[in-house]
Amino acid sequence: MVLKAFFPTCCASADSGLLVGRWVPEQSSAVVLAVVHFPFIPIQVKELLAQVHQAGHVGLAVLGTWCHRRQGAEERLGPFLEGLGAIFSHEPWLQLCRERTSGLWSCKATCQQGPARVKDQVMLVFYDQRQVLLSQLHPPAALPDRQAGDAAASAEGLAAVFDTVARSEALFRSDRFDEGPVRLSHWQSEGVEASILAELAKRASGPVCRLLACLLSLISAASACRVFKLRPLSFIWSKLAVCGQLGHRLEQLELVFSTQKAEKPAQLMRKANVLVSVLLDVALGLALLSWLHGKDRIGQLAEALVPVADHVAEALRHLLQWLMGAPAGLKMNRALDQVLGRFFLYHLHLWISYVHLLSPFIEHILWHVGLSACLGLTVALSTLSDIIALLTFHIYCFYVYGARLYCLKICGLSSLWRLFRGKKWNVLRQRVDSCSYDLDQLFIGTLLFTVLLFLLPTTALYYLVFTLLRLLVVAMQGLIHLLVDLVNSLPLYSLGLRLCRPYRLAAGVKFRVLEHEAGRPLRLLMQINPLPYGRVVHAYRLPSCGCHPTHSWGSLCRKLFFGELIYPWRQRGDKQD
Amino acid sequence: MEDEQSFSDICGGRLALQRRYYSPSCREFCLSCPRLSLRSLTAVTCTVWLAAYGLFTLCENSMILSAAIFITLLGLLGYLHFVKIDQETLLIIDSLGIQMTSSYASGKESTTFIEMGKVKDVVINEAIYMQKVIYYLCILLKDPVEPHGISQVVPVFQSAKPRLDCLIEVYRSCQEILAHQKAASASP
Repeated sequence: MVLKAFFPTCCASADSGLLVGRWVPEQSSAVVLAVVHFPFIPIQVKELLAQVHQAGHVGLAVLGTWCHRRQGAEERLGPFLEGLGAIFSHEPWLQLCRERTSGLWSCKATCQQGPARVKDQVMLVFYDQRQVLLSQLHPPAALPDRQAGDAAASAEGLAAVFDTVARSEALFRSDRFDEGPVRLSHWQSEGVEASILAELAKRASGPVCRLLACLLSLISAASACRVFKLRPLSFIWSKLAVCGQLGHRLEQLELVFSTQKAEKPAQLMRKANVLVSVLLDVALGLALLSWLHGKDRIGQLAEALVPVADHVAEALRHLLQWLMGAPAGLKMNRALDQVLGRFFLYHLHLWISYVHLLSPFIEHILWHVGLSACLGLTVALSTLSDIIALLTFHIYCFYVYGARLYCLKICGLSSLWRLFRGKKWNVLRQRVDSCSYDLDQLFIGTLLFTVLLFLLPTTALYYLVFTLLRLLVVAMQGLIHLLVDLVNSLPLYSLGLRLCRPYRLAAGVKFRVLEHEAGRPLRLLMQINPLPYGRVVHAYRLPSCGCHPTHSWGSLCRKLFFGELIYPWRQRGDKQD
Repeated sequence: MEDEQSFSDICGGRLALQRRYYSPSCREFCLSCPRLSLRSLTAVTCTVWLAAYGLFTLCENSMILSAAIFITLLGLLGYLHFVKIDQETLLIIDSLGIQMTSSYASGKESTTFIEMGKVKDVVINEAIYMQKVIYYLCILLKDPVEPHGISQVVPVFQSAKPRLDCLIEVYRSCQEILAHQKAASASP
């Protein structure tokens, strides 16, 4: 196999010294992590490597020599460098060399054991140490725990390079201003990277998290108290979308401010995503609040609400009058038509009176409900969805009446149709069996069947009209829920990271061949291939409220045909109706 | 070492294959597709604008014309950035892996790298494409569970679609390098 030497780009201009890194025999690759400069004491170098081994469970060794020289200075260093091979024996021993003036590279690898051969085929792969250290591969390679103590990482292929660099963080802690026994060159040797803001945030986060965790536990204890478990309150709680959204946000905040440290990077990303999402939500909510409360918009909204409700009721009344006449040229059964039409008209009249009764208080209610927008845009949208549901309650009632009537009719028709053919539904065996009926049973049954059959178009038409209205309202609510879901589950921090620091989220690597001259080793540049945006969203998507439609299109059509009630937005944990 | 040859794709368009031999263990093949032709661009723009003008004479709303210009511009940008592939490159490095790069007309590059440990073989396959039977080069990936199975077939040069003569050139070079790899992995 061709020998590959992974060399950090920061060390390409370093002075001559020893190459320190890890040798991966399965892939015949040498991962160089740093360059140790002269003068050094071999014992101290070995001690440093042992320290790093203890800290990160990665077996480092001296891999060879690095020579950055001017042309002609070869004679002095040559034998000295070969002598070092005797002190730090390693198979194979690398000798990398670069000329200062021309910038030409040369590389040699020698094996002492076995047939003494010089490997000609050496490939130099340059990598940016900082980017490789900070990046995370997706999908993450299944690595053994650091506490397991197993020095040999089971990461395969190029993930081994990432793993090696990540585990050798202890090697990069000293820079050239430290007075250590050994002088190293690596990505942080010009000065350790640190940020004042990050340090301050880390110190402050401890007490802040504890305080907020206490507050949140108080709130969740209060909401879990017995009063809210009583029947009418708990029913209303479960039906309102706002409560679901508030509960979801509370859970998320508890996750963010929990005093446990995140072990895996995925958990850290999730916490960051939740925090950014909550902050954006609150910011948008405050913007909405300031817009609503400025220029007396609440008053305008309240004034517009009652006429809109009146207008909707007028439209419904026209619709019912149309149904009571000859809708679309169809001839309905006069008596049933009048009964159903009058019943719904009376219901509508009751509803309008109720809305008119509430009209003086609407402005106050809206003002106080609008304050809930300061908790977040999602809460405001959920409140809007609930208001729509409450205002169109009469449409929901009409739909339920129409559906129940239609359902009863269909059940009756199917059972009497079986009687007409001389069959019967066997409940024990769950199948249709033949049955001999008496003459009077057959007579009554056939009569009822005929009556129900000829009344079917009227009921079906009412059912159709009110189902369409209900589906319209459900579609509107669904759109709002979709928006809320979007704000809830979009991983904004990960997307921002992908935009500004693409090397942090890596899908893989890519190679570029650098200028090549005959007789010189092949040089490649390894760069991080960032994760595409779609995969970022897929990998770091936050769990949403769980209000997803529970039916497929086929089952929805089936339920509509048989007149069963549809509840498209089932909350998690609700009993099935 | 670099050389360039002219081939044709399955529809008869001209393709240019550039071969670079960096070393015995590293080779690169670069297929350049025909560029966006001015004729088709003019034709599409004229059609869209004529349709918009027709709508404008019906509706007397000048927003339609500005919308048509906007749509044409956005459509062109989107086409150049997401659809039109100018060049497809295959870089094969012994004992590291195979890399496929597609460069779009707007300069965007999308790269996929497959490690050598996952590559089982590189073969030329036949496929039925609409009314034609075409050949395409593909990389077979190993199945981690079953040692002799294939988990995935990754086609190469999907948008350039060269003919068999071009594919044979690329296939031969790839097989030389894969033979090294197999010899090296067989001997400890």
